[in-house]
Amino acid sequence: MSAPSVPVIAQTAGKGAARAAARRRHTKVGGSERRPGWVSYLILTVVLIGSILPLYYAFLLASSNSAYIAQHPIPSLIPQGEFFDNVSRVLNSDIQFWKALGNSIIVATVQAVFLVFFSTLAGFSFSKLRFRGRNGLLVFVIATQAVPTQLGIVPLFIVMSQLHWTGKLIAVIVPGLVTAFGVFWMTQYLESALPYELIEASRVDGASMIRSFWHVALPAARPAAVMLGLFTFVGSWTSFFWPFIVLGPENPTLPVAVQLLQASYFKDMALIMAGVTVSIIPLIVLFFVAGRQLVAGIMQGAVKG
Amino acid sequence: MATSTTSPQLNRGGPTDPGRTPRRVGFSQTLGRWDVKLSPYLYISPFFILFALTGLFPLLYTAFVSLHDWNLIGGKGEFVGFENYTYVLQQPNFWKGIRNTFSIFFISTIPQLILAITIAAMLDANLRAKTFWRMGVLLPYVIAPVAVSLIFGKLFADQSGIINTLLGKVGVDPIGWHAQVLPSHIAIASMVDFRWTGFNTLVFLAAMQAIPRDLYEAAVLDGANRVRQFFSVTVPMLRPTIIFVVITSTIGGLQIFDEPRLFDQVGQGGPSRQWMTATMYIYEVGWGNQKSFGRASAVAWILFLIILIVGIINFSITRRISSDESSKKARKKVVR
Repeated sequence: MSAPSVPVIAQTAGKGAARAAARRRHTKVGGSERRPGWVSYLILTVVLIGSILPLYYAFLLASSNSAYIAQHPIPSLIPQGEFFDNVSRVLNSDIQFWKALGNSIIVATVQAVFLVFFSTLAGFSFSKLRFRGRNGLLVFVIATQAVPTQLGIVPLFIVMSQLHWTGKLIAVIVPGLVTAFGVFWMTQYLESALPYELIEASRVDGASMIRSFWHVALPAARPAAVMLGLFTFVGSWTSFFWPFIVLGPENPTLPVAVQLLQASYFKDMALIMAGVTVSIIPLIVLFFVAGRQLVAGIMQGAVKG
Repeated sequence: MATSTTSPQLNRGGPTDPGRTPRRVGFSQTLGRWDVKLSPYLYISPFFILFALTGLFPLLYTAFVSLHDWNLIGGKGEFVGFENYTYVLQQPNFWKGIRNTFSIFFISTIPQLILAITIAAMLDANLRAKTFWRMGVLLPYVIAPVAVSLIFGKLFADQSGIINTLLGKVGVDPIGWHAQVLPSHIAIASMVDFRWTGFNTLVFLAAMQAIPRDLYEAAVLDGANRVRQFFSVTVPMLRPTIIFVVITSTIGGLQIFDEPRLFDQVGQGGPSRQWMTATMYIYEVGWGNQKSFGRASAVAWILFLIILIVGIINFSITRRISSDESSKKARKKVVR
């Protein structure tokens, strides 16, 4: 990144803009000189089919019935047309599908909103405010990313049962309200995206710290906050281990409920796969709406380290 | 740097406009000073408090529980020293769990790295419909491990599974994907890779795009073809990213639970525990037949130490590699 004008951009528009400008210049040069052949497209198509085929297979089984599945180990690529019958059997089974769906929506939404808020708050503090112990605490945050907290489940379960929270959604929500990654991510982003001048201007206008945060830092953090929220939502929606332990079958989240299908109706593969299919539809819809953001988020996170 | 020159102004307290609120200047200045002093701590406190309560404390308290006779229903019992550890270490199932965890980890990680780097190299070109392909590889990431495991459990069914049927058509005898040790590990590793290869592909793609293009130009001038460029420029420049991906997949991979748990309807890792992982063993000891939190904690603590040791090994390798890189004057990734 040594092009002459980049330092100028760094001074005028912040480090992030400079980095982006430099990157843009590089991709342009690289792109025009390297033209992919059909082999690339072929390999990528195979990968794409590999990503979709297992999901389509689930849908094919979900639209057939046990007898058909027994006779045809390799199902016809055209669906059998019993999908909605099987789905309605899932909805009427005793896994409490609607409750599980509602629970998953509540848990994932609450976790995403609070995690983004707390992370942005901490990221604002770490990136733009000066205080004693700042660097030490930030190093601590980064180090905790490597802590396998899942191994603390036994005491966590003991605590939850003493609070009488077992079986309740709050037991799933609270441990997921903050992550070291979230704080680190927002700190990194705000460091480059939020110029000091903006905060100073609001301070000069007499705004309190929290007002500066709310009216200056939070709007500036939006692109990164949206990505963090999406990743948190996906992570929360797909998590199984802790909800499975602490919630139990009476008040499940979606993965816990779908898993119950296998435990109680393991011979009825069409039913199980119908449950699987409906359970993955919400996130696939989300993916089509916001997949670009997920892609951009992963790629930005990777460059920043 | 703009950072150090402008920030002290923030610490002077909120300068108020005397014309607007003349009477309250003194009070609001005191308030402003407290605001400036305390706010930074206040804003980071939710993370530290919640992390301490739900992350750090349980992990450390695991050590305490592991030294006691502690039951799921009965609660805390007597102090028993290292009895739980000696008991656990004598269990064949514990060692099977450790073996299976590492086996699944290696079988999933190595092909995943190769695949992800290869696909990233395909994407790191002037493709048509770039976003389409990038989104395409990421799709499996949003599928819950529970769903992946139920689907793959059927794909890899021993009797009527689609994979064994296809193998039969090309004359290969059916493989005991559930019955045998290594095949079951391969099946579970394939679930992990299904979900994570695309994610890591994008991580590698980002790293590839940060490689200065003049390195490729120099390689072209030296007469290197595309394959040679890939192995002599791309792969060496990706080393820090490879280490990063390996470290993150170690922390997650050694705690694997969802995929093996749901690989069959019983959830115990097979009749002879051929695919039971360490975390599944924690669950079985703590919440299964024994309901012994003391022993489950002992297993968790041992697993924690193993992850710590693997992490330290990873870290020392990383350091050696990054010092190699700087000695070669290669561009280093800024990790803060």
